[in-house]
This record gives sequence, C-alpha cells and structure tokens, in this order.
Amino acid sequence: MNAVPQYDSLMFGETALKLRTFRQQILSNNLANSDTPGFKARDIRFADVLKAQLEGKLPSAGVSMTTTHAGHIEGSNSKDDPRLMYRVPNQPSKDDNTVDSDVELSEFTKNSVFTEAALRFLGGTLDSRLTAIKGQPS
Amino acid sequence: MSLLAAYDIGSSGLTAQAMRLNVTASNIANAESVAGPDGRPYRARQVEFSALMKPGSPGSGVAVKSIVESDAALRMEYRPGHPKANAAGYVEMPNVNPVEEMVNMISASRSYQMNIEAMNVSRQLMLKTLDLGR
Repeated sequence: MNAVPQYDSLMFGETALKLRTFRQQILSNNLANSDTPGFKARDIRFADVLKAQLEGKLPSAGVSMTTTHAGHIEGSNSKDDPRLMYRVPNQPSKDDNTVDSDVELSEFTKNSVFTEAALRFLGGTLDSRLTAIKGQPS
Repeated sequence: MSLLAAYDIGSSGLTAQAMRLNVTASNIANAESVAGPDGRPYRARQVEFSALMKPGSPGSGVAVKSIVESDAALRMEYRPGHPKANAAGYVEMPNVNPVEEMVNMISASRSYQMNIEAMNVSRQLMLKTLDLGR
C-alpha cells in the first residue's frame, strides 16, 4: 500500500488548477459583494474538494425528498453547488453581511500564489512529457 | 473559464462602487439645494447593492438594485430673508449628512481599489495560463 495516493500528474495538475481558479472566482465574488447587505461569504474546503474530485466522489447536487402519499409535496431540489460552504464570520455586522475584507483579501492573495504554483507544476509536467516525446537535444 | 468569470465579477464590483461614488458626489454637491425640479428640497440618495446569482455558479458579482431616497427629516435653517422661508422664517434644507457622505465615499473608494486589485491578479494569472506549455 502506498501511503501517498498516486494520481496521474497531468490529471492532478489540471484538476488542481481548475479548482484553484474556481476558488479565485468565489473569492472575487466575496470581495465584490463586501458592501451588499445580507450577503454571505462562501468558500470551498480546497483539500477535501480536490481529493473528492480526483477520486470521483463528488457529492451530488441537492437531496430529493421521498414522497409516500399523493398529497405530499416533492420539495424543490437545491440547485446550490454542494462544494460551496459558508464562511463563519469573526464579527457580526449590522447589515448581516459576513464578508470580512481582510480575511477575503488574504485568502485571495494566498489562493493566487497557489494558482501560480499549480500553473508551474502543470507546466513542468508538460515540459517533461514533451522531453520524453522529443528526446533530449544532443 | 473561472478566471475570466473572476475578472467579470471584479468589473461588476467596479461598476457598482462607481455608481455609489456618483451618488455620494451628487449628495455632497446638492447639500445646499433648497429646490429640485419638483420644487422640493433635495433628499439624500443611497444605492442599494444586491448580489448577482446564477444557478450553477458560485456567484456572478454585484449590481445596484435600486437608488433609494432618504426619508430622514429635512434640516430646518433660520433664514428669514430667504424666498423659500416659511411664516416663522425657517427654510427647509436637504437632509444630506456630510459626515455620512464622507464615510460612504471613503468606503466606496476602498472597495473600488480592492476590486481593481482582484482584477489585476486575475489578469496576471490568465496571462500566465496562456504561457503554459511554452
């Protein structure tokens, strides 16, 4: 048994990069809505989502209700992305907005650095594959 | 592509904050406007933001839902010689609070800068993605 799970490095790079840019979008949205009353900041748990995505075990969107009687109402399926979670605010605010600009900005900066790292890893993988195909120039 | 979406979200934030700055500027400029087109004193305006949501997307930015007029009481100023003065010599002045407006302006410009920052980062990352595999 391998202690570290092995994934195809190209697939890993692609999935990680996609998820990083997805998170970049979420954090941008939080920043843009820092003054919207009632807005709740969202985020994903990166490590968990990446693992689930690589193993193909992503939670399906929405849970439907079972109806056992003709009079039961089915209930609407939640269209919300199951990966998205809500950020727990540090301080309450008067307008029910849970965006803390400092937290969001630091997460945003961190995420952009990690996005760049993911880009370099993927670039390195591509480079080594190209070298394997073309051979070393003599 | 998520980075392009992040860029668009930043731009929606810029538009909304610019609108807020615009309204603040209008409030400050009209702090002494005793009569508008309807003959009534100017009332302070405020933008109302709302989050843009599309199904299947974590969010697509922010938009100005409406511009609401403040229903705070008008300021009464004693100016007996003014043509708009009432029998007691008081003139109804706009209910603009300069302190509130300044705070609003600073907050809007900070948010504007933050959105620009986010857009810059997204742009750099997009350009770096283009260089992938070169």
